[in-house]
Amino acid sequence: MLKLRDGVVELYKKVATSLPPDIEAAMRSALLQEAAGSSAQSSLSIILENIKTARETGRPLCQDTGIPVFFIKIPVGLSQLALKHTILDATRIATEKIPLRANAVDIITEKNSGDNTGAGFPVIYFEESQTSALTIELMLKGAGSENAGQIYKLPDESLNAQRDIEGIRKCVLDTVQKAQGKGCPPYIIGVGVGGAKDQVTRLSKEQLIRKLTDTNKIDELALLEKRLLSEINNLGIGPMGLGGASTAIGVKIGANHRHPASYFVDVSLSCWANRRGRLIW
Amino acid sequence: MVKTIDLRTPLSSENVLSLRAGDFVSISGSLITGRDKIHKYLAEHRPGKKDIPFELSGAILYHCGPLIRKTEAGYKIISAGPTTSMRVEMYEASVIKEYNLKGIIGKGGMGEKTLSALKENACVYFQAIGGAAVYLAERIKKVLGVWKLDEFGPAEAMWHLETEGFPAIVTMDAHGNNIHKDIENMSFKKFSELIGENN
Repeated sequence: MLKLRDGVVELYKKVATSLPPDIEAAMRSALLQEAAGSSAQSSLSIILENIKTARETGRPLCQDTGIPVFFIKIPVGLSQLALKHTILDATRIATEKIPLRANAVDIITEKNSGDNTGAGFPVIYFEESQTSALTIELMLKGAGSENAGQIYKLPDESLNAQRDIEGIRKCVLDTVQKAQGKGCPPYIIGVGVGGAKDQVTRLSKEQLIRKLTDTNKIDELALLEKRLLSEINNLGIGPMGLGGASTAIGVKIGANHRHPASYFVDVSLSCWANRRGRLIW
Repeated sequence: MVKTIDLRTPLSSENVLSLRAGDFVSISGSLITGRDKIHKYLAEHRPGKKDIPFELSGAILYHCGPLIRKTEAGYKIISAGPTTSMRVEMYEASVIKEYNLKGIIGKGGMGEKTLSALKENACVYFQAIGGAAVYLAERIKKVLGVWKLDEFGPAEAMWHLETEGFPAIVTMDAHGNNIHKDIENMSFKKFSELIGENN
């Protein structure tokens, strides 16, 4: 799997140094919404220049090259274990070559592994594919925005959030209000709803790999995504949290069936630098 | 065009007191980085002046864990944007006081304890643009030195950097003004309206 390993190294390079076109386009539209001479306008202009320079010079556009998160659709018969080893090799090479910042820290010894591999690092999710193609989605998830995420158990009395669409809506607004500028807005917001705690956190993160321009297949959720995007932008938090019209550029919601006793809502925030990319093999 | 104030380190109390929340600044001189581990260490161990290889009095402390590459010609900064400041809120007031810092650069703002320390010690908080790490790295001209590299690793070490024209915005000044708090209060009003309308 040497060629595949090099392909994954290239994927790392692309994802760390260039922003997906849909995100960049949304950032350009956001700039047009901000008042002349405002800190929002100034921040977004510098961000857009940063995106351009990073791409042109092949340097990671943020020094926090994040936790690498892989979502993999693997064809029948291909070994998950072999693929995992290929990804670990590619991670070590990419860290040295691009370079990426070494971010994997042992919680007992406090030592940084130096190569972005370690226990559960990178994060790799496998799912068997119905086709013969191997699809590798990679997201470099920045930690500033990761820290600003929240999980809720509905009903939540403090928010008067019940077990319904309105309840989900209140959780998302609450997360953004609490996050303010700490996670580098404009945000892309992933929401996962369902009955198992581990599932909803994965689901919310998986929403962040959806294209900003796609439409949710579930009508009720599509409506909620649209409504939330407009409401969040009315909060006035703005780019970098210094006030302005663009607090978010996308809201994406996924749902699983839940247990009668449980109703979890997990909200994952991504900074504007929602670095993601796909390799099909 | 927005008016920008040029600042050169070290900063004096007069420099700091002349700044107001909302001012756009361009910083030249030296920046000292410090994030989670450095703050914990400074607050717990209180190393003296002779233990730290750079002058912290009058300095600007930058909340940043840079991406740095070691080359034959020395260390090269690749990307160096700000990290979230609020994580060091429990340490910052005592660090500002103990080491006579005159400026902090970070993102997201800080809490009440730090705001009071800014006032008491004539210090100021600057917001840098999160994620604009290549743009900011291009304004860092040289790595002058490093402390605690082996112990804390490159992302958490204290780097002494030389900068020219580093852009930032004063968001918490030495007179008690705090843009982060103002925005939070304003957005909380909107949030309460949105949450309340279906109650």
